[in-house]
Amino acid sequence: MKLFAIGAAAGGFSALFGVGGGVVIVPLLIFWLGYGERRATATSLCAIVIIGALAAAGQGLYGNVDLGQAALLAGPAMIGVGAGVALQQRIPERVVSLMFAVLLCAVAIELIIP
Amino acid sequence: MAELLTALCACVGGAIGGLLGVGGGIVFVPALVIILGQSQLEASSTSLLAIVPVALVGTWRQYRNGNVEVRDGIAVGLLSLPGVAAGVLLANVLPQRALELGFAALILFVAFQLTRRALAPRSAAGADPGAPEQL
Repeated sequence: MKLFAIGAAAGGFSALFGVGGGVVIVPLLIFWLGYGERRATATSLCAIVIIGALAAAGQGLYGNVDLGQAALLAGPAMIGVGAGVALQQRIPERVVSLMFAVLLCAVAIELIIP
Repeated sequence: MAELLTALCACVGGAIGGLLGVGGGIVFVPALVIILGQSQLEASSTSLLAIVPVALVGTWRQYRNGNVEVRDGIAVGLLSLPGVAAGVLLANVLPQRALELGFAALILFVAFQLTRRALAPRSAAGADPGAPEQL
C-alpha cells in the first residue's frame, strides 16, 4: 500500500513538475519504509529506470525526444553515475541525507524562480 | 564547444544521480535549454530518455553493492503510472504557479526533516541505519 502511494506520488509529481521521481521516492522510502539512505537511493534508481522508460516512450510518441542529444547526455552521465555510486559507498549515510537536503533546496529554488 | 560543455554537465548530473538516487534531470534539463537551446518541453523529454540508461547503470552498480530492493523498486516504478495520469489531469485543472510554489514549500520541509534526522544522535554509531523513523 505504501509502495503504491510512493509510486503514485512519484508519477504525479514528475508529470506535474518534470522532476525525476527520485526527489519524491528517496525521502518517502526513508521516512515511510525506514530505508537507510544507501538502500533508498539504490531502490529509487531501479524505479526511475521504469518511470523514465515509460515517460520517454510517451513523449517519444509525440516526437519530442532528440535521440542524438539524449545520447550526448547519456554517455558521459553513465560514467558519472558509476563514480557517484562508488563515492556513495565510502561516505556516511547521514552525509548522503545532508547532500540530498541541499539538492531539494536547489530544486525548490528552480521551482520558485519563474 | 557547446557539445563538450553539455557532456561535462551530463557527467556531473550522472554523478549527482548516482550519489543521491535521482535521475540527473535537474542538471540535464537546464543544460539542454541553456547550452543547446532546446525548448523546455523538448529538454524534459530528451532528459527523460537519457535518464533511462543512466539509472540502469546506477542500479546495476548499487545492486553489486547489495543496496537495491529490486521488488520494491519495480513496484514503485510500475505503480507510478496512475500517478502520472492524475498529475497530467491536475496540471490541466490547477494553476501551475500555485502548484510550483506548493511543491517548493513541501520539499523545503522535507529538506529540513532530512537535515534534522541526519544531525540527530543515533542510538549506537551506525548500528541500525534501517530503523524506522517517525515523520
